[in-house]
Amino acid sequence: MTVTLQPHAGGAPWPRRVAAHAGFELRNLIRNGEQLLLTLILPALMLVVLVRTDLIRLDTDGAPVIDVAAPGVLALAVMSTAFTSQAISTGFDRRAGALRLLATTPLGRTGLLGGKVLGVFAMEAVQVVILGGLALALGWQPNPAGIGAALLAVVLGTGAFTAMALLLAGTLRAEAVLAGANLLWLLLVVGGGILLPAAGPTRFLPSGALGEAMRTALGPGPSGATWIALAVLAAWTVLFSAATVRWFKWD
Amino acid sequence: MRYPHYADGMLAPGTDHWCLELDGVTKSFGDTHALRSLSLSAQRGAVTAILGPNGAGKTTLMGICEGLQRADRGLVRVLGLDPRRHAAQLRPRVGVMVQDGGLPIMARPLELLRHVARMYAAPRDVDELVDLLGLDAFARTSVRRLSGGQRQRLALAIALVGRPDLVFLDEPSAGLDPQARLVVWDLIEGLRADGVSVILSTHLMDEAARLADHVAIIDHGVVLAQGTVAELTEAVGVPEATSAPSVEAAPDGPVRSAAPPTPHAARLSGPLTPAAQTALAQLADAHGLTLEFEGGTRTLEDAFLDLTGRSLR
Repeated sequence: MTVTLQPHAGGAPWPRRVAAHAGFELRNLIRNGEQLLLTLILPALMLVVLVRTDLIRLDTDGAPVIDVAAPGVLALAVMSTAFTSQAISTGFDRRAGALRLLATTPLGRTGLLGGKVLGVFAMEAVQVVILGGLALALGWQPNPAGIGAALLAVVLGTGAFTAMALLLAGTLRAEAVLAGANLLWLLLVVGGGILLPAAGPTRFLPSGALGEAMRTALGPGPSGATWIALAVLAAWTVLFSAATVRWFKWD
Repeated sequence: MRYPHYADGMLAPGTDHWCLELDGVTKSFGDTHALRSLSLSAQRGAVTAILGPNGAGKTTLMGICEGLQRADRGLVRVLGLDPRRHAAQLRPRVGVMVQDGGLPIMARPLELLRHVARMYAAPRDVDELVDLLGLDAFARTSVRRLSGGQRQRLALAIALVGRPDLVFLDEPSAGLDPQARLVVWDLIEGLRADGVSVILSTHLMDEAARLADHVAIIDHGVVLAQGTVAELTEAVGVPEATSAPSVEAAPDGPVRSAAPPTPHAARLSGPLTPAAQTALAQLADAHGLTLEFEGGTRTLEDAFLDLTGRSLR
C-alpha cells in the first residue's frame, strides 16, 4: 500500500477557516441534546411560565409582563450559550486534547477562539429567531429604538460570558467545569438579575448588567441605565479576557 | 562507551538537511525538569523514532516542536523555522497526531475529517483517506462511542489530511489490532517513500525497528543515544561483567563454558552484537575452539533497557 502525498499548498484563507470552525461548533452544539435543553428549551419554557402562568409573579411596574420577561429570556439565552454551554464543551474538548490538536492545524489558536465566538453568535441568532418569535407570538412588542443597544448588549454579553467560560474551562478539570458552570447558571438565574429585574449590587454582575441592558433597551428605550449596564458588561469582558489570556491552559 | 550521535556532523540551523533540530533545549515545570539541555536532529524525508519510558520527556519534546509549548532555553527549528515565531507558516506544513487522539468527543469522524481538511488550501482527498484507513464503518458514529483503535486511525487520518511535509505521530499504533497496525505501518512507509519526514514517538520496539531510519532514546529529559537501529544495537550495552557471556577460563585450556558440549567447544550465553559474535568466533577458531552462541543477537529493546534501566516508572 502506498500513499501519494504531494507537497502542501498552505492553509485555507483565514476567514474560511474561522467560518468553517464556527459551523462545526454550531453543529456540535445543536446536536447535543443537553445543550439544546439549556440554550433553547429551558428559556422557552421559562418565557411561557412567566407569561402564561402565575407560578412566578413579576413586579413589572405596570408594564405588560411579556415586555419584561422576553428581554430577560433573551439575556438568559445569551448567557446559557456563551457561558454554560461554552464552558462545558471547551472543558471536555480540552480534556480530550482536542484544543491542542485543532491548534496545530492552520486554524491555530486565534482561529479556534474566533470560530468559537462566531459559533456562539450563530447559535444566538437561532435563539433570537426562535425565542423572539415565540415572544412575539405571546404578544411582545419590543421598542424599535432599543434594538441597536440590545444588539450591543448581546455582543458585549457574549464577550463577557465567553471569556468567563474559557477562563473556567481553561483552568479547571472538566468535571469541575461541568459542575461549576451548571451551578453558576442556576445561581445567576435565581439571583443574578438576568431573568428577573436586578436590584442593588446584582446590577453590576455580568448577568445583572446584561438583563438590565436588554430590559431597558427593548422596554422603555435606551437610557442612562442602559449605558451604565453596557459599560459594566464591557468592563467584565476586559477583565475576563485578560484573566483568560493569563491563565488559560490548552492541555 | 561512545554512542553514535548526529552532533558531530550537525549542520547549521535552518539548513535543508534537517526537518527537526533541537540544541540545548531545556524545559521545566516548577521543580520538574522535563528536558535538560536536550539536543536532537532528524533528517528530512526519514522516519525518526523517539523512544523513552514514561516520563522521559517525549510529550514535552513533541509539544515544543509542535509550537504548543515554549522552551525555557535552547534552539528549536522545525523545517528550518522557529515553531513559536513562525507557527502560522508551519501549521499548514506539519501534521500532528497527539497522544490519545485529541478528538472532540461530540464530533463524528467523517465530519471532523472534512472539517480539518477545510483548514488547508489543497487537502488530501478525504474519501481516499477514509478508504485507506478503514474509517467508513464508523464514519458517522460519535467520537465518544469509538474504540481506542478507531480513534487512533481517525487521528492519523487527521494528521495526514493536509498533505504535510512533516508529521509528528505520538504512539500511532497504540491500541490497534495487528491488522490495523500493519495498515498504519504501511502508511508510514508510504509517507517516507513520498519524501515526508516522520517523527514517531513510540513505546513499541518492533515498530521503531521496522520503521525508523534513525532512533533517539531519551530519558530524564536528555538524549541517551541516537543513530540507526543497527548502530544502537552495536554500540549500546555490550555485555558488562555482570551480564557477560558465561565463559570461564579452564585450568588446563584456553576457554570453556560451565557445561561445554565437547572438550573443544564452548557455549556463550547472553545477547551479543553480530560484530561481537564474529570477533569471538574468529578468536576461538584461531585457538582451535568452536563457539556456540545462545541468547541471540542484541535487539533494540536490549539497547533501550540497557540505557533506561529495568525499573518501573
